[in-house]
Parts: sequence; structure tokens; C-alpha cells
Amino acid sequence: MTYALEANLICKNFLRKNKKPVQALQDVNLRIPQNTVYGLLGPNGSGKSTFIRIASTLLIPDSGQLSILGHDVKTQSNDVKWLINRVSVEASFFRNLSAFENLLFSAGLYGVSRKSAIQRIFDITDRIGLDRKRLNERIRDYSRGMQQKVAIARALITQPPVLLLDEPTTGLDPRAKLEVQELIRVMREKLDVTIVLTTHDMTEAEKMCDKVAIIHNGKVVVDGDPDYLMEQLPKTQQKPTFEEVFLHFTGVDFTEAEKEVSA
Amino acid sequence: MRERFIHELRAGISFVNRNFNLTKRYWKWEVVFLIWTIANAVSIGFIGKWTGSFSSAEISTDYITMYMLLGSILWGYLSVVFEVVSETVSWERWEDTIEYTFMAPVKRVTHLLSVCGYAALYALLRTVFILLVLTLFFDIQLTGANYSAAFLMLVIASFSFMGLGICAAVLPLISPEKGAQMVGIFSSILLMFSGVYYDIGILPAWMQFIAKGSPATYALRGIRNTILEGSAFWSQMENIWPLVLMSFIFIPIGIGLFSRAEAWAKKNGKLKRSG
Repeated sequence: MTYALEANLICKNFLRKNKKPVQALQDVNLRIPQNTVYGLLGPNGSGKSTFIRIASTLLIPDSGQLSILGHDVKTQSNDVKWLINRVSVEASFFRNLSAFENLLFSAGLYGVSRKSAIQRIFDITDRIGLDRKRLNERIRDYSRGMQQKVAIARALITQPPVLLLDEPTTGLDPRAKLEVQELIRVMREKLDVTIVLTTHDMTEAEKMCDKVAIIHNGKVVVDGDPDYLMEQLPKTQQKPTFEEVFLHFTGVDFTEAEKEVSA
Repeated sequence: MRERFIHELRAGISFVNRNFNLTKRYWKWEVVFLIWTIANAVSIGFIGKWTGSFSSAEISTDYITMYMLLGSILWGYLSVVFEVVSETVSWERWEDTIEYTFMAPVKRVTHLLSVCGYAALYALLRTVFILLVLTLFFDIQLTGANYSAAFLMLVIASFSFMGLGICAAVLPLISPEKGAQMVGIFSSILLMFSGVYYDIGILPAWMQFIAKGSPATYALRGIRNTILEGSAFWSQMENIWPLVLMSFIFIPIGIGLFSRAEAWAKKNGKLKRSG
């Protein structure tokens, strides 16, 4: 079976500015089946974004293997680049260019002709509810939620079979957050795509993902169906929350884990 | 194979379009830099003219004025080619788009050469404009100039400067915090050693030795000869060969260095400023 993403014993260490080493990922193993929404769940600084960067060919692991649809990110990075696209927590655009110019540029980098790119831009922006009239406005004049929608449009234009969404809803206001979540749900239903979604929002993971892996201090603590993970907890009258699942498997309170990192 | 070529071509056009759009959007800054360059060139031209008031009659003031003006104009061109190319990484870091560009399935050689192409085109248009403005300030007499030879020299010189620019672009890639400043130092050192406003013959011997390694030395000498003396293109072989040789050395070395630096940055988490 070819997995959308398969990681074997991925390790990545960094040196902090004070030369102190940080183990960002330790022996991470993951198998993500095709056409699923897979959640990587963990507090800030747990290693989620490092993992996504490795899958995006932007970081080279110190050891281990990671492949996208059977292509190794280290030795076949050019093949992998055709199979993925990524949406990060910061929308990251040329702020003084319009959404249209930014999207056209991205499409061009993936070899899409100008004519097809324009068609795709209109199709996607209509689908995700972006007003065509606003496409010629500078990105810097867009709200964060709008920028994130354009970021998703940028990723979809290249029609990748694997979409890496790195905390796409972080920092958005509640309404924009719901809109982006709805968009992910629509993509999951209508497109032939595997979505890897990192989040530190427990409710979001529960709501959006078919499978999740809990990652803490660079290690995958547990993975499986959300319902299966919840079943592992001692039976109570109420359905356990994801925070309780995190506490059960890591022994650390999720809020405390977030505080540890920010300290 | 054909499909691959078309893809790279489209990607190259996208880089050129993007840079054009960015230049358009930041037009106020372009105007600032243009005025700065013109003011600089005019001031330097007047310094040349001023020498007539205290020099002996044997010195041609017009010649010195043109010598200085040409230095200023050519440096304006070559430094813009160098800067646009060397700022490829700094600019993307500033806009925070570097990861998206490096994640796209485009060969680095396509990426860098298309930025070089844009840089040369942009610098050429800018230089023509500056030249036109300068005619308002100075009575430029170039009846004997060999323009076609000068243009060819400029084209040949551009390639070596593109190569140098690519080599310099490596600095911001390996050092997100200090790389851009290091490029600035590199550019000013190049100006000092290459005889932009003076003949390198007046430099101390050790500086003359270093000047021989700068493409600007040969470009300036060759273009001055063709403009001021009306020399034929083929008579400038002693300036052409070093430029051709440097282009063949600097461009592949630059691309090779850039690819290695990219791999290093990916290994050490330096693509993104925050790591």
C-alpha cells in the first residue's frame, strides 16, 4: 500500500542561538493513508511545523526517511514538490502585489499556462467564496481570514494530491476560523486530496480529522481515530475531551504544555 | 523533455513578471533611488568640470568630465544588475515568501537566471533614462563614440556581474541576519577597487593586483575606450577576454554555491529567519 505520507524514525535537532541543542523531532513514525484528513495535534513548539517543513522539502531531516506517495523527500525532492503544497500559519505573500498577481505567480512556478491559471484562479476563488472584484486589491489590504483563504487558493491552484496545512486557523477571528474550517471540509468532500492538518486547537482536531497523532516534545505519543483514542480513557458519563486525551497519553496538562514552551 | 522545458520557461517568465510587478508597486522607492543616482552622477560630472579651474591647460576638462560621468553611469548599471540579483534572497526573506519559492518545483538555475535577465533589462532602461537626464546638465559631445561596441561590451560585462550577484546572493541565504549587509560591503569594495572614477594605475600595487580580479575594471576600461576614443570592439580583446572568462567562471560557480548553500540552509533550518 502506498501511503500519502510515510515517515520512519525521523529525527531533527537544531542549535539555539545560545548553541544549546534542541531535539525538535525524535524517531517520528507516521503512516497517513490517502484521501484522509490527518491531524497532527500538539502544543506550540511540539515539533508539528518542523515535521511539515520536512514533508515540504524545506528542511532536511538529520536521520530517518519521509516519503510522499512513495517519493523520498531527501533524494527525490523535485518529484515531491509536484505532489505537495502547503499553507502555513502566516499567509506569506508579496504584500504589495494583488491577490491575483500573487496567485498567477505561484501558478507560473508550477508550469501552469497563463490562460489555465486565470481559469483556475476564478474557479477556486468562486468555490472558496472570494469576491472576484477584490482579487485586484493588494494583499496587505485583506483581513487575516481573507489572506488565509487566498493562501488556500494558492495551494489548490497547483492541484496537489497532498496538502499540508500548518495551523491554518491560528490567529484568525472566530468567524474567519469557521470559514476556513468549512473550506477544509469542502476540500475533503469534493477533492481527491490527502490533508495533513497541524493544530493546537483540540476542538478543531476532533471536528476536522479522520485520524490524529498527538505529538509532544518532538515525539508521537499516540495515533489513531479520534473515537478510538477517546475510548482508551477510563469510562465516565461524559464523552472525554481532547484535552483529557492529551493529559491521559502525555501525563501533561495541555494548557501547561503550551505555557512551558512560551516560557 | 519538451514539457519540462515549457514548464521551466513559464516559471522563468513568472519570475520576470513578479519582479516587474514589484518594481511597479514600489515605484516611489524606485523614484527615490533614481533621483539619488542622478544627483550622484551630476555631482561627479561637475567635479570633473571643476578640475578645469585649477588644472593646467594640457588637461581636457571635457575628457575628465566624460570619464567621470561614464564611470558613474556604468557603475549605476553594473551595481543595479549586481544588487537585483544579490537581493533575490533578501527580498524574499523580507516579504516572507522564501519558503514558497523554494518549495516550488523550479530548477534553481531557472530561478536565478530569470532574475538575472530581469535585472539586466531593468538596469538598461534605468541607465538610458539617466543618460537622457544627464544631457540636460552637460554638453555631452560623443560624435566619435562607437556605440555598438560599447553596447556589446556592456552586454558581455553584464554576464560576469550576474555571476558575481549570484555568488553574493549566497550570503543572505547562509546568514539571515547579516547577509544583506555583507552584500553591501562587497559592492562598495568592488567600487573602490575597480577604477570607477579613476584609472586603476594610480592605485597602490596591491590594490591593482586585486583590481585585476574585478570584472568592473575591464568593463569600465573597455567601454570608456569605445565611447571616449571611438575604439573598435575587436581592439578591446584585452578587456573582452577577461570578461568572457569571468562570466564562464562566476555564473556556474555562483549557481553551484547557491545550490550548496540552499542545501546547507535546509539542513540547518536557516531558510526561515526564525528557524
